[in-house]
Amino acid sequence: MPDQLLYGIEVMINGLMAGVLYALVALGFVLIFKASGIFNYAQGVLALFAALTLVGLQQGQVPFAHLINAIFGTEIHHFGWELPAIVAIVLTMGVMVLLAIVIEKFILKHLVNQEPIILFMATIGLAYFLEGFGDIMWGSDIKTLDVGLPQGGSIWIEEKTAALGGDGFYGFFIDRLDIVAALVAALLVISLTLFSQFSKQGRALRAVADDHQAALSVGISLRFIWVLVWSIAGFVALVAGIMWGAKSGVQFSLSLIALKALPVLMLGGFTSIPGAIVGGLIIGVGEKLFEFTIGPMVGGATENWFAYVLALVFLVFRPQGLFGEKIIERV
Amino acid sequence: MRLRLATFALTALIAAGPAMAELVFPDLSYRTGPYAAGGTPFSDGYQDYFSLVNERDGGIGGVKARVIECETGYNTEKGVECYEATKGEGALIYQPLSTGITYQLIPKVSADEIPLHTMGYGRTSAANGEVFEWVFNYPANYWDAASVAIKYLSDENGGDLSDKKITLLYHNSAYGKEPIRTLEELADKHGYELTTIAVDHPGQEQKSQWLQIRRERPDYVLMWGWGVMNQVAVQEAANIRFPMENFIGNWWAGAEHDVTPAGAAADGYKSLNMNRIGDLPVFDDIKTYVHDKGMAAGDGSNVGKVLYTRGMYAAVLAVEAAKTAQEIHGTPDITAAMMRDGMEALEMTAAKMEALGVPGIGPEFSVSCADHGGSGQGIVQQWDADAGKWVALTDYIQPDSEVIAPLVEEDSMAYASENNIDLRCQ
Repeated sequence: MPDQLLYGIEVMINGLMAGVLYALVALGFVLIFKASGIFNYAQGVLALFAALTLVGLQQGQVPFAHLINAIFGTEIHHFGWELPAIVAIVLTMGVMVLLAIVIEKFILKHLVNQEPIILFMATIGLAYFLEGFGDIMWGSDIKTLDVGLPQGGSIWIEEKTAALGGDGFYGFFIDRLDIVAALVAALLVISLTLFSQFSKQGRALRAVADDHQAALSVGISLRFIWVLVWSIAGFVALVAGIMWGAKSGVQFSLSLIALKALPVLMLGGFTSIPGAIVGGLIIGVGEKLFEFTIGPMVGGATENWFAYVLALVFLVFRPQGLFGEKIIERV
Repeated sequence: MRLRLATFALTALIAAGPAMAELVFPDLSYRTGPYAAGGTPFSDGYQDYFSLVNERDGGIGGVKARVIECETGYNTEKGVECYEATKGEGALIYQPLSTGITYQLIPKVSADEIPLHTMGYGRTSAANGEVFEWVFNYPANYWDAASVAIKYLSDENGGDLSDKKITLLYHNSAYGKEPIRTLEELADKHGYELTTIAVDHPGQEQKSQWLQIRRERPDYVLMWGWGVMNQVAVQEAANIRFPMENFIGNWWAGAEHDVTPAGAAADGYKSLNMNRIGDLPVFDDIKTYVHDKGMAAGDGSNVGKVLYTRGMYAAVLAVEAAKTAQEIHGTPDITAAMMRDGMEALEMTAAKMEALGVPGIGPEFSVSCADHGGSGQGIVQQWDADAGKWVALTDYIQPDSEVIAPLVEEDSMAYASENNIDLRCQ
């Protein structure tokens, strides 16, 4: 097989893997939009906040240490203990549930029946608040995230596939972290599907997603569902934060990964979990193949804008996205 | 009534009296946003040195320095807002730590007649003082950096780079594109093959770029990165098992936080530096006179780090220029125009740096009316992951002025022509 074709396949595989990472971020948006009609601008910051909290807890960092030191003249930074990754993840999840309760109590509860744009604006405020809050709580330095995830290309895959091409082909490069991310994403989607199909809370969640008023009339607590869905979105944000944070360290640009989720949502639809996954895969493969084939002719760095172009082209033909619900409003 | 009038008159007299003299140094910092990890230590070092001079020496020539911090978030619009908000305070010099903000401020400082110091960043051709009266970029600029990197690689290869492939991985911005022309000119001279690969802001995802590097197998990769781009690039290089000793970042891609997220995998990564690192005597003074008194700009954890040292070095150069201005004009209360005179007469010798407690922090250089760029020298340092510190591999390397000087001349003259600037220093 020609080396160039093999490299094209390699780019496609890596595009699929990158797409899974995009989908992980997009999933959080979909969950909240589906259940409450809110486009959660703060989803990227939630991923950052979750990752910051995870590293802080794992390394035994004293929250608000800078603030405490500035006020009381102390010099405290760490408790002196370190937590195993799994314990830190569970505790972080607890923090995300707590955050969901606080968001519901102090923001969402007061905005019931408001226009979607008001709710969207509220999440913009939440994003900026959480960014600053995370900074004060854990500091703005770059933190190393180590939860035992593998890093680097799989040598086994490289060696096994090197013979497929000529001397100029070095075997397929596939990052082991991406493989883990793909498995985790698959597990996450299966779990979410099983939860929404077969659990009482899941059915309630679907009922609220279908019709708020009808769900309320049969005794489903809207407030509980909102806490539940924001907690799940917090968990998804934590997973996304771990995967992205393992690549770059945990730092404030993590919140910008939301930019990668937007074209995925436009393409896959705002209300479909499978849409987020398929959308992520299409965007991932599309942008990587475009960069591989056309990128060198136009100076490269095409991925950011091409993802949006791809999504816009889809929008022209399917405004609701690939899997989104078609909204028909009658006059 | 008479008493009230007397009280009122006294109050008015006090209010109208001469204000306490002070020298104002705005600090356009960024402690928030995606580039905070680089902006925070630089600002800490910059501010701590002014605090030290105030506390230990009683100010500069007996006049206290006042630092006004303004948060830019590395955002060009906010940077310009900060400039506009602080210039009326009697600002003597601006150091925005952003090439984007620098480009916006160049026409403004020229109109307002306030010096702009862009140390190792900004518009490279501002080294030509004949054109850029108010802009300085000593001790080195981007083109110097590109030249120093190539000179180092040439020395590594016995002076012959003719069969080598070099890739430039750059931040897709004005900053990242700065070295391309120089590297192309140097490619013509040395015969190496140059490939350029762009990474879009912020650089969180670089899979395509590193797959391309893996396919093309360059001998060396040079990086012009900033922010998260650096950390991801180091990790991706490790992922494809690119030899770290052949991966060289510029001096904005060579701080501790650029390599620590990749852990042991970053061992051997190299970068340029315009300032030496290490345990400088001045740090003891900063601890005694600033940190122990609870006056640290940050939490004190950045002292001695690459970017803290560079921020402090920027303040050292500003203070020495202010002292020179005071000597030239015979007054401690200098203006921005006098500060510029001090900058144009600045001379940094080994003896002066030793006396200041910063021996060898930078190369020896002197500034003149025509030369605002300094010596252009830089070192190459390497990350030792086990020890968790940078190790200097070389002494200061001289850039290739044979290639760079004509480029500076060409670009600055084009700017002068576009903006109808009469040449100075004739």
